[in-house]
Amino acid sequence: METIDTDIAIIGAGGAGLRAAIAASEANPGLNIALISKVYPMRSHTVAAEGGAAGVIKDEDSFDNHFNDTVSGGDWLCDQDAVELFIHEAPRELTQIEHWGCPWSRDEEGRVAVRPFGGMKVERTWYAADKTGFHLLHTLFQTSLKYPGIRRYDEYYSTDLVVVDGRCQGLTAIEMRTGQVRFFRAKAVIIATGGAGKVFPFTTNGAIKTGDGMAMAYRAGVPLKDMEFVQYHPTGLPGTGILITEGSRGEGGILVNKDGYRYLQDYNLGPPDPWPRKKAMELGPRDRLSQAFWHEQQKGRTIETDYGDVVHLDLRHLGAAKINERLPMVRELAMSYVGVDPIEAPIPVRPVVHYTMGGIDTDITTATNVAGLYAAGECACVSINGANRLGSNSLTELLVFGSLAGRNAASYVQNGAQAANETVVNEAAKAAQQRVLELFRRKGSGESIAHLRRDMNTTMEAGAGIYRSEDSLQSCVTQMQALRQRYAYVELTDKSNVFNTDLIEALELGSMLDVALTMACSALERKESRGSHQRLDFTERDDANYLRHTLASFAADQLPTIGYSDVTITRSQPAERVYGGSQE
Amino acid sequence: MSRPYIRPVSRTGWWLAQPRYVRYMLREISSLFIGGYMLIMITGLYRLSQGPQEYAAFLTALLGPAGVAYALVTLVFAAYHTYTWFIVTPKAMPLVIAGKRVPGPLIVAAHWLGFAVVSVALWLLMTAGGA
Amino acid sequence: MSERVVELEILRYDPDQGEAPHFQTYSVPCREDWVVLDAINYIKDELDRTLSYRWSCHMAVCGSCGMVINGEPALACHAFVRDYPDKIRVEPLHNFPVERDLVVNMDDFIGKLTSVKPWLIAKDPKTIDEGAYRQSKAELSVFKQYTACINCLLCYSACPQYALNDAFVGPAALALAHRYNQDSRDVGRSARQDVVASNPGIWECSFVGACSEVCPKSVDPAAAIQQSKIASTGDYFLDFLMPWRNKSAQSGNDE
Repeated sequence: METIDTDIAIIGAGGAGLRAAIAASEANPGLNIALISKVYPMRSHTVAAEGGAAGVIKDEDSFDNHFNDTVSGGDWLCDQDAVELFIHEAPRELTQIEHWGCPWSRDEEGRVAVRPFGGMKVERTWYAADKTGFHLLHTLFQTSLKYPGIRRYDEYYSTDLVVVDGRCQGLTAIEMRTGQVRFFRAKAVIIATGGAGKVFPFTTNGAIKTGDGMAMAYRAGVPLKDMEFVQYHPTGLPGTGILITEGSRGEGGILVNKDGYRYLQDYNLGPPDPWPRKKAMELGPRDRLSQAFWHEQQKGRTIETDYGDVVHLDLRHLGAAKINERLPMVRELAMSYVGVDPIEAPIPVRPVVHYTMGGIDTDITTATNVAGLYAAGECACVSINGANRLGSNSLTELLVFGSLAGRNAASYVQNGAQAANETVVNEAAKAAQQRVLELFRRKGSGESIAHLRRDMNTTMEAGAGIYRSEDSLQSCVTQMQALRQRYAYVELTDKSNVFNTDLIEALELGSMLDVALTMACSALERKESRGSHQRLDFTERDDANYLRHTLASFAADQLPTIGYSDVTITRSQPAERVYGGSQE
Repeated sequence: MSRPYIRPVSRTGWWLAQPRYVRYMLREISSLFIGGYMLIMITGLYRLSQGPQEYAAFLTALLGPAGVAYALVTLVFAAYHTYTWFIVTPKAMPLVIAGKRVPGPLIVAAHWLGFAVVSVALWLLMTAGGA
Repeated sequence: MSERVVELEILRYDPDQGEAPHFQTYSVPCREDWVVLDAINYIKDELDRTLSYRWSCHMAVCGSCGMVINGEPALACHAFVRDYPDKIRVEPLHNFPVERDLVVNMDDFIGKLTSVKPWLIAKDPKTIDEGAYRQSKAELSVFKQYTACINCLLCYSACPQYALNDAFVGPAALALAHRYNQDSRDVGRSARQDVVASNPGIWECSFVGACSEVCPKSVDPAAAIQQSKIASTGDYFLDFLMPWRNKSAQSGNDE
């Protein structure tokens, strides 16, 4: 097995991974940085983010405001020291990427423009038309090309971390072009592999969001934190799950049910003032909006379509000029994929899984409990998002924590990261390679990867959807275990070494099964409702017992062990989350 | 083992694969006909320098069936070239007046207008001067 | 919703199996609102696990799923089955070596993209504390459309110059060079000149315009290249008349 030596290995080349690579290279241009991704960087799912990235910029805004919006948006499960760091670094990182060429939209004076966004009491969302993620990703990717220290390994699927004596020694990855497993011997590893939305059937997430990095860290002994918190974005297209940005509501779009009624006013998000109004109902936090949909559905007030129930996102009152200038991509998506021109008719939308608040447990420096192993971006849980993420905090999160991870990994390496015994390390790498070979050669029982994946999707949506209960979660856990067992009988049909996507999908399914199980188990144990984790049997928030993070730790052939850790509270004590007019 | 397959491209026949390539080749081939017409004009000048008899012979040939046919074909090609050229001018020279981008069709229309004016002027010049 | 059975004829190639590239036909029951990618996914999930292809976002923004569909380069996730007849031929992008089935080798593009220095070479370097650059809406609109490139490579597949001469830098890379050259914050045109205004650069382009016709994001790389030709010609004559200008041209890399 070929060994590639490097100082830092970064798994994932999306917003966080690219930012980390650049930060590490700037900290020390002499470092060898291997940027490893299962897709070319510009395909990373950061590219699909639309609305914007939050950072305090207006005179009438303040860091305190961003802090309070984020902490209350997260239903007080956020680590407040991390949020403090995040909001202070935010405008700096957004300015840095502007210096690198990001084409932020501008106001009349040529300054960076900001738009209102969900749960933010003052506008602070920087945006680049309605393709902010796309522009951030391409700016980062193109900028990364000028650093000779960054060496890219495109289309390498990472399979296992190599951890010896509690220290990360590198990872194994399949070079997809040749099917060969390579060992990346690294002094430090940063995981930036994104979330795991593909665990669910209806999601804005692309095919690649399969939680591989989360599963790798989990199997290597790092707990996954707060996995029960899965965000449903209120406005995804039915069927495809394609994201219709929150920015469309930021520009004034309204949500109506089958009677044309702005139903959000029935759920403590009102009053239904006409646009423009910063605290408009449609700009409530995502968890509340998705939950409102569920209630409307129970009351029979949603609209039936071939792809399930929907509500209507109405943009007509914005007018053609505004839609074409601010929301061109939204218009194109609606016309292409659901045959609706938002200038003429409302867009059918429904909540779809969008973001994984939970992830690899890291501290405020992005370090995990394994020395030399860091994580940043959606795959990590610091936690700044707590129980529910505010829109436009995530793109900023990639930059702030990606940068931090890169710098910290660089200093870790510079301070003399100790390598473990070479023989032991090589043995561990060989064992990882064996795992892949075993799957490749296995004679199974005709279990279909696609059907298994579909069954997992259905199980998770039914058992751990927007609203959960003891029964639904218990049944979910049991079914997930059964699926895990069926997975052991999966056999590859494609036996080629060249770009074998049957093998990659099988490995991705394994990652998803691991991650899904932690989601279900964590949800089962959290007997309260908080943020995006809502239970029909425990409807209230229970700060006395559950103002803490859930930790799911890997236990071979068993259910994950569930433990807890404290939430860092500094200056914002848990209070009631209030949105809409009553905040005036 | 990675063993990339390189699909062969016909160096002579590639343009037959798609209508847009055929249109492109027609545009390019127009230069051959126009170039040929220039050679005819140069020949005419030479005949003129040789004397009235040679020049008269030249004009007879020019106005004969072959000459007229060639002239018509060249005219069609020249017009096609003009059409394709005008259509792409907004791409090559985007015009911004008072902060607003001038719409492409307007630029194209302006070119046709100029073309019409020059054509009329030349026609008048030719008919006034007498054949 | 009604269904229609569509025959997909897909080019297969697996060097590990030692076969020559060949077409394989599949019958797929397609829903009315499907895109070709949905049909391909159906084949992979239900009929043939050995079909390899790239895809991710399913919303025409990641650029993974570029293919040639009934002879025309298109994004499989944006090619609506309702617009096609009952037989659809699917091939990998033209002008790139085929690694496997619908997966092509993109190394050449990546190299060319890197060679045009597609990063901001700042006219007036600032520190973070000095804040963002000012850029008017008018200045942004000059280069905005060229930022929309998703690197899907449909333009390279359509370009006959690239087909006949793979030294050509190509539409997308040149459009991205133009994007930076036109950015009011950038001063790197002379640094990019060697590659951009060279024979295999913009001057290999004979304005066929196929690239702009197939571009799913209306980037209009043909326009970018023609504008670059005019700018470059201007530079050439100005440099000739005033050889002292641009003597302090930056190397093109940030400190």
